[in-house]
Amino acid sequence: MADFDRELDASGLNCPLPILRAKKTLADMDAGQVLHIIATDPGSVKDFEAFAKQTGNELMSSGEEGGKFTFMMKKA
Amino acid sequence: MTEKKLAIIATKGTLDWAYPPFILASTAAALGYETEIFFTFYGLQLLKKNLNLQVSSLGNPGMPMPMPVPVLLQALPGMQSMMTMMMKQKMKSKGVASLEELRELCVEAEVKLVACQMTVDLFEMDTKEFIDGVEYGGAATFFEFAGESDICLYI
Repeated sequence: MADFDRELDASGLNCPLPILRAKKTLADMDAGQVLHIIATDPGSVKDFEAFAKQTGNELMSSGEEGGKFTFMMKKA
Repeated sequence: MTEKKLAIIATKGTLDWAYPPFILASTAAALGYETEIFFTFYGLQLLKKNLNLQVSSLGNPGMPMPMPVPVLLQALPGMQSMMTMMMKQKMKSKGVASLEELRELCVEAEVKLVACQMTVDLFEMDTKEFIDGVEYGGAATFFEFAGESDICLYI
């Protein structure tokens, strides 16, 4: 299991809040640090891919555990 | 990477149609877009400090209803506020952000909010009721930004 520097629990939040909260959290982090995100919005899977592609932050991994979606994102 | 630009015209003043401009603008800002929303006609309602937006099923056969209600009954007093209450409860239970929250996120992300001066005057709206930071302009002001935009939406 990869390590991370910050964690964001966006469970129960719907589009576009998980993305907006992630953006806000990443803004307080240093380049190269890793954010672990937990979400329940199924739309967030595609949205975090799109977010990474457009912002240059690297989506290191994404997965699903017991109905929750998890993402590891490295700040560019 | 040069900053992309998104220009939105917000023309509607109902609870449901207030969402697209604020969702798209806040998300675009998070993606690094420079964003401006031009509020005109009923869209000006979205700028009020105290948002009191309603939703109506009248003239909107696409609205999902928990049970079929004949159109004439939908016009009865109290139906609109009941629809509005039900919509707000549904949104809350699904984790959809409130409009106030989305608007605040737009303001924080420096989305430029421009009110159409002509319709402000037309409806004799009290600009003291609007949130802080609103700018005023006309069609030419809109085109100054929209002409340079990568995406331009009329909502």
